[in-house]
Amino acid sequence: MANIVEPTIFELSSPGRRGVTMPASDVPEASLPPKELLRSELPLPELAEVDVVRHYMKLSKFNYSVDDGFYPLGSCTMKYNPKINEDTCRLPGFLFTHPLQPIETVQGNLALMFEMQEWLKEISGFAGVTLQPAAGAHGEFTGVLMMAAYHKLRSDTKRTKMLIPDAAHGTNPASVGMLGMQVVTIPSDERGNVDLEKLKAACDDTVVGMMLTNPNTLGMFDEHIEEVVKLVKDCGGLMYGDGANLNALLGIVRPGDLGFDVMHFNLHKTFSVPHGGGGPGSGPVGVSQRLVDFLPSPLVGIVEEGDDEMAPLYGFVTPKNSIGRMKAFHGHFGGGLVRSYTYIAMHGPDGLKDIAQYAVLNANYLQARLRGTYHIPYDRICMHEFVMEGQFEGSDVRALDISKRLMDYNFHPPTNYFPLIVHEALMIEPTETENKDTLDRFADALIKIAEEAKTQPELLHNAPSTTQFGRMDEVKAARELVLCCWLPENYEA
Amino acid sequence: MNTPSNLKYAKSDEWFDPATGTVGISDYAQNQLSDIVFVEILVEEGEEVTVGKAIASVESVKASSEIYAPAAGKVSAVNKGLSDKPETLNSDPYGEGWMIKIESGQAGEVMDASEYEKYCEGRSH
Amino acid sequence: MTYIPISSAERDAMLKTVGVKSLDDLFEAVPAKHRFPELNLPPALTEMEAAAHLGELASTNENVREHLISFLGAGAYHHYVPSVVDHMLRRGEFYTAYTPYQPEISQGTLQAIFEYQSLMTNLTGMEVSNASHYDGATAAAEAVNLAYAQYRGKRKKLVLSPAVNPQYREVIRTYTQGMGVDTAGDDAENHDGGPEALIPLIDESTMLVTVQYPDFFGRIYDYTDLIKVAHEKGALVCVVANPTALVMLKTPGEMGADIVVGEAQPFGIPLWYGGPYLGFFTTKKSYVHKMAGRLVGETVDVRGNRSYVLTLTAREQHIKRERATSNICTNQGLLALCASVYMSTLGKQGLQEVANLCYQKAHYAASELSKLDGFGLCHTEPYFHEFVLCCPKPASEVNQYLLDNGILGGYDLGKDYPDMQNHLLVAVTEMNSKDEIDTLVEILKEM
Repeated sequence: MANIVEPTIFELSSPGRRGVTMPASDVPEASLPPKELLRSELPLPELAEVDVVRHYMKLSKFNYSVDDGFYPLGSCTMKYNPKINEDTCRLPGFLFTHPLQPIETVQGNLALMFEMQEWLKEISGFAGVTLQPAAGAHGEFTGVLMMAAYHKLRSDTKRTKMLIPDAAHGTNPASVGMLGMQVVTIPSDERGNVDLEKLKAACDDTVVGMMLTNPNTLGMFDEHIEEVVKLVKDCGGLMYGDGANLNALLGIVRPGDLGFDVMHFNLHKTFSVPHGGGGPGSGPVGVSQRLVDFLPSPLVGIVEEGDDEMAPLYGFVTPKNSIGRMKAFHGHFGGGLVRSYTYIAMHGPDGLKDIAQYAVLNANYLQARLRGTYHIPYDRICMHEFVMEGQFEGSDVRALDISKRLMDYNFHPPTNYFPLIVHEALMIEPTETENKDTLDRFADALIKIAEEAKTQPELLHNAPSTTQFGRMDEVKAARELVLCCWLPENYEA
Repeated sequence: MNTPSNLKYAKSDEWFDPATGTVGISDYAQNQLSDIVFVEILVEEGEEVTVGKAIASVESVKASSEIYAPAAGKVSAVNKGLSDKPETLNSDPYGEGWMIKIESGQAGEVMDASEYEKYCEGRSH
Repeated sequence: MTYIPISSAERDAMLKTVGVKSLDDLFEAVPAKHRFPELNLPPALTEMEAAAHLGELASTNENVREHLISFLGAGAYHHYVPSVVDHMLRRGEFYTAYTPYQPEISQGTLQAIFEYQSLMTNLTGMEVSNASHYDGATAAAEAVNLAYAQYRGKRKKLVLSPAVNPQYREVIRTYTQGMGVDTAGDDAENHDGGPEALIPLIDESTMLVTVQYPDFFGRIYDYTDLIKVAHEKGALVCVVANPTALVMLKTPGEMGADIVVGEAQPFGIPLWYGGPYLGFFTTKKSYVHKMAGRLVGETVDVRGNRSYVLTLTAREQHIKRERATSNICTNQGLLALCASVYMSTLGKQGLQEVANLCYQKAHYAASELSKLDGFGLCHTEPYFHEFVLCCPKPASEVNQYLLDNGILGGYDLGKDYPDMQNHLLVAVTEMNSKDEIDTLVEILKEM
């Protein structure tokens, strides 16, 4: 029998125990639906409020979080999440507005959304923005749908191929797969740029477009970005920008100015929406002039112009050739847009540029400190992140072992085994919200671990040893597939 | 690495038995995939397959791979028990872990055992 | 530089280590003509100013707690959220953690999701639940993806009930536009038939039948017969369910459903002007490999501790790439936690009280409203906490009149169903007191 560190909420249940009680009914009693429409049992836990609080407090302490310490997870932008955002997004005016209220009663929400659309357009250099997509991958799917709709409206039906670099996130090909298009993989060159010759060979009149992450997942800004964009456009394709790495570009360059046609934002990365253990995120999408008519519906617009005395009336508008609705209602308003709006408002244009500059400085500083100890296959000035190899000549230590050992030094590991084109990849993104002391401690720990890999490799193979839990048996989980639990068998309610 | 000499091997790591038409994945492939937790055979008995057609999808704890037909012809049998015991692909890739049989199958580009061994060694660096 | 903890002296030392003179020198790979654009954005606010500005925006709204009596539902419901819920959500350990890729230091998130999965399967009567989707609408669309993948594109017909939430139907149309799906039944002018009207549409090319429970008009149907027919034709059935109603009603699992999805916003998530919400997705074990989304499974660690990991990850986009069922990476982890704390705090009895209050108050409201001249219930089927009220005037006029009297009326069904211009979808929850309901009746009486 496995040792139980914390019982499940079901195991903690005791028949007849009560948490929050609801008021008695104040209306005459109506008869229930016929018995055959009612459920026979409700096997849910019964606990007192204090039981619930202690359970979740205990669980919370099993987690490592940004509030605990350094979380250099490459490509995820685990920056500090300002506390003020938690207050603004919970203002009663936001919390208690129903998404289907008449627009006259929610002008505050609509003004915020309208301004957010304008701000994101200005930051990215695009002509239109939808706030509807719920997450980055959802934004990608939105973008790819618009690209397909653009070609379709022009009756350009032979375009079925999407060009995707080998360093891309898995969501790129998966988004394309959802539309039944074919993926053509474009390799990277030795400096971490798109291989121009290979790209040229792939560009023809069957190309829908290209999905490019820039800076890419190696942390490299493509040195030939203008040629890449030109090649794709010359063959009639559209340029998709994966905005995962936008943190490096705020106030530095606008993807719209570089010729991109469409890009998703990750508000949970760049604009400090907390990651919440995996979500909710928020993935607005910006588009160039030629795609504005295809944006999902509805968008927020001005439905009655204002004047000196009257504010304009905000409402919803539907783009002419809209691909349709991506989700119910209007996007991740409360948890996503309000937090990001607060964050952008507090930074202003100079503050946003500072974010990118310091994110890039921190990454380059760490890269400089680790160069020489770890092999960095694409070694030049990086953007907000860099990738190094977690392996050493003549040692059986792997990137995974290094990651697990970092936990013993009380750091969250970097991203492992991604991008796929680097062996034993360790992808490190420090973000701008870490100080020099933290970066130095982290670099010192990695240098020490490299030494341990030579002298005491078992320390790495057996890591972590100081954490509450050790390495998990992932094969058992996948083979036995215990995916939920129930009330204990002898439970009598 | 186990590579029975009576079998032929495709570059994409399937084996093909010219005598019986049986198809599976090589010992090298199961080892690369590591612990296999899911197999789905994508073709049915009686279906015609061409060389390179995806005949199965395999997932391990860390990887996912499609299995392609190394030969063309009509599928005469499918190993139906495999989906309940995907780990058989790890433990017995040339026996109980067979996937399909292709009746009078015409092999595509395949290697013999020694060529295949060299090919695998070349990839492990 | 509000959140950047680096002094100028430290910055200079770091630049020296990197080997560049200034921060701007780090960006030479960026084309010079586009480098460092002037952004036309308002100047930075301090925290104090931002708090005031956001407070002002929020107070421009009329909200359902302070200003308006609400009978509006149609996919988002105003329920009481016990205080404990937000206290737990505000734990930085939960909300500032990422997807639990490193299980040794993520057991909090992992066990919470495992418990969420368990709560949802117990509620729906299904065998497995994933770690959640963006919302009910996208979960319903992902059910189509599952069915499409299950039949490997060989079956392309979707039988979609016209009484599924219109926004969900729109999202399904958006999601499937590249798949060549042939949709039957989704006809806004023929919406009254119930399950019997769908049965003849199911044939051997049908991959999925999608119905709602209670349906968009609030009607409760037992889908057992429909599901039986679908299974005879080899099709899967997806039931879009309201979680509060499931506390009281026969589970879709008991009816034989293959997939049960829905919007879990009613379980502790604020209205928040439409999001973020929580799409739940539950199914049978045999479809788990085709299900999108994250999944947590139980295992042990090297020290013999029971623990949890993300499992079957090879189905997902980061490994399977273009062959994955979906591109989703999200689990709405924090909101799954929200729903779990909500369900645990109310517990079995508290949830039953909530469901019963919704039911009783909706039936009181329906009974009083239908006594008014010119008003009446449009349907005779059993309903839970939402029903269609036939009005003597267009619903838009009724709503405007109610709004002038501080009441957020129901949902104007004429927007989606051309022959329902005088029809109002009214939702009543435990938040509506008898006084509020009586006020609604009084005001309508004077209309």
